[in-house]
Amino acid sequence: MTTTYEAPGSASAPGGPDAVTAVVAADFETDEYEADFGGEAPTRIPSSEGVEIGPRRGVRSATLDERFNIVGSLAGGMALATLLFGWISPLTGVVGWFVVAYLAFIGFYMLLVSMRSDFQEVKDRVATVLMVSAGVMLFGALVFIVVYTLIRGSEALPYVNFFTQTMELTGPLDPLSSGGILHAIVGTLIQISIALAITVPLGIATAVFLNEVGGRFARFVRTIADAMTALPSIVAGLFVYAAIIQLFTHQRSGFAAALAITVMMLPIVIRASDVVLRLVPGNLREASYALGTTRWRTVWHVVLPTARSGLVTAVILGTARGIGETSPVLLTSGITAVMNVNPFEGPMISLPLQVFDFVRSPEPTMIARGFGTAAVLILLVLGLFIVARVIGGRGPGQLSDRQRRNAQAESLRDLQRITMLDDRIYAGDYPPARATQNIVSTAPKPSDPEETSL
Amino acid sequence: MTEKDVFQTIDDVFLENERTELLAPVGGDGGDGGTDAPRKRSLQSRRSRSDTVFQTVAFAAGATTVGIMLAVGLFLSIRAGSALQVAGISFLFTQEWSPETGHFGIAAVLFGTVTIAIIALCVGFPLALGTALLLSEVVRGRVRSFLVSLVDLMAAVPSIVFGLWGVFFLQAAIVPVAEWISTYFGWIPFFAVTGDDGARLTEASAFTSSAFIAGIVVGLMVVPTQASVMREAFSQAPIGEREGAFALGATRWGMIATVVLPFGRGGIIGGTMLGLGRALGETIAVYMIISPLFSINWQVLKTGTNSVSALIALRYGEASEFGLSALMAAGLVLFLITLVVNFTASSIVARSRSGAESL
Repeated sequence: MTTTYEAPGSASAPGGPDAVTAVVAADFETDEYEADFGGEAPTRIPSSEGVEIGPRRGVRSATLDERFNIVGSLAGGMALATLLFGWISPLTGVVGWFVVAYLAFIGFYMLLVSMRSDFQEVKDRVATVLMVSAGVMLFGALVFIVVYTLIRGSEALPYVNFFTQTMELTGPLDPLSSGGILHAIVGTLIQISIALAITVPLGIATAVFLNEVGGRFARFVRTIADAMTALPSIVAGLFVYAAIIQLFTHQRSGFAAALAITVMMLPIVIRASDVVLRLVPGNLREASYALGTTRWRTVWHVVLPTARSGLVTAVILGTARGIGETSPVLLTSGITAVMNVNPFEGPMISLPLQVFDFVRSPEPTMIARGFGTAAVLILLVLGLFIVARVIGGRGPGQLSDRQRRNAQAESLRDLQRITMLDDRIYAGDYPPARATQNIVSTAPKPSDPEETSL
Repeated sequence: MTEKDVFQTIDDVFLENERTELLAPVGGDGGDGGTDAPRKRSLQSRRSRSDTVFQTVAFAAGATTVGIMLAVGLFLSIRAGSALQVAGISFLFTQEWSPETGHFGIAAVLFGTVTIAIIALCVGFPLALGTALLLSEVVRGRVRSFLVSLVDLMAAVPSIVFGLWGVFFLQAAIVPVAEWISTYFGWIPFFAVTGDDGARLTEASAFTSSAFIAGIVVGLMVVPTQASVMREAFSQAPIGEREGAFALGATRWGMIATVVLPFGRGGIIGGTMLGLGRALGETIAVYMIISPLFSINWQVLKTGTNSVSALIALRYGEASEFGLSALMAAGLVLFLITLVVNFTASSIVARSRSGAESL
């Protein structure tokens, strides 16, 4: 890499090994440089041979000084808050302590940074701290909410009957060793299955329409689907109540609840699939068209398989959202304590609605059951989410190892087939006599559907 | 198999125009000595049967989606009609809700909805902005993608779980803060907590079910929506402008303030409004936390507020035919408001420099 230029006539610099120049030389586009000077570089770049280059320095990590600033002001902030709350002023409450400690931390930190740096740097440091603390607060809240629910729910979860019984024979005063949420689990599974059976084909077909067919109407559909994402869930429930229950079924049922969930899930699936399909590289489509395929075959054999993992992720995320919907279900499914496996008749409760029903009771055991049900719900959503991440970790067109092996094997088979076909053509026994006649006959009638569809 | 005159894309129209313009004279006087150009071939592709079926099915799917949305609006309007005929314009200005006596309106619930949404934005906006900047500017690599999926996860946490947390944890924990605010900032009318006689209330029950607490919980729920739209916008800020700012000696915050934030302004406004749309429609968490009140309550820290969606969840069970129609009318108003907010947000995001691709 380090080419040495011997410039004749020019006074060569003393060739003392210089670490800095050696580093510069490593990044140097020697060809361009040479071209600028007509093939003659005016300076001699010393060889880096024998020069020890020290270990690479981390430029991202904070300096010791910087770390002390953070730690010191954190300690100071907490100490001040404790002092204020413990001795000096009559402040109480955990949240208040955090607020005071945080404000004091920011103040101390500004002070500490300003001792060594100018105003611009103080602003930069404080802004970074504010961003990080916003993130910490948000993710802390998320973790706290999830963990709080799981811990409160752990009271009911160890009982096996919680998963194997219904609430049919259990009153509000019965202990946790009686009654369970099997009926709600079954209800959720039935409702989400019906919703998925409608949402997946409809949602993905709509996303395909937006991306592969296009046109003015597709833009309109996209706008409407966007607007639908913000549809208040209670309005979706109200709509199904007015359109399905009052007009047709005249009773609350699992099917009506599934329809309400569908209305909520559909725009989520459409938007997520739309984004995924948009990421499918255009040259794949063009390659397919260039091979003479129709739109339908391009979509079915190129676009959808390429986007498969993303589409699965979209559907799973939609499912995770749909499972947790409470308010549309509240209006449409009805509340029951017994098992009902017929979605078309009678009330059928689902997990979120069961939580809602449990915690309306003032009894501690019922509230414990409510938290237990919520914990099951959260674990379900979490599980779906992890599955979605595992599947959807790859971008469109990136294959897993097994898929890559399969693709390789398939193209090998194709190669064999084609070469064998080649041999047969060369040997003269392909195509058969019928086929030659067919080629001639295509010319006068080009609208033969068999010919155009491939 | 005949050619169809239906143009699916604008390209088809262009092709058709081109074809008719170019082909007409050639086809008409092909033997003319003046034109020695070879006969122009049509580039119009003939659609195969499978394609026709495919496009019809795809079109039908799109039309179904639009149809569902239109049906929502249509059914709500039709069913709301009878109540709106009785109430007339006073529907928007009446505070009570008793459809049985013909005296009902959404002034109080709408006010409550908007207060809760505004408090939610006050809580959610700084968190969302900070998190979005953190995700797009500060953390990198694997940590970033992990945190991004955490934000997505938070959007998927069911609202009933947020509601549980709000009722069983936050209500107790936040009361001292609310008391403190009302003690020291009670001179601002919003933060005062007074009884009917104007005396200051201090007991905890005066604070437990306020718009303030509901707003905090809803605020946490809308942060993921806002943060992901904002992050999307920020991450598209052009690298050249970022490096230009650094080359001029800007600190990271200087670069963010001069490049990223102006570039992502559309994303910030649009994301905030999308969050507002969700906040307006949130039902279960609000319903669990508030204690319903059918009069306008300016004191956001005081127990007692209401929202349109909570009203529907509260009254649908006991509603008569006419009462249900009144609830539909309330739902219709909520629907229209969220629709307007959402369309405004989408168009702001789409028109901004950063948002041409993201929505």
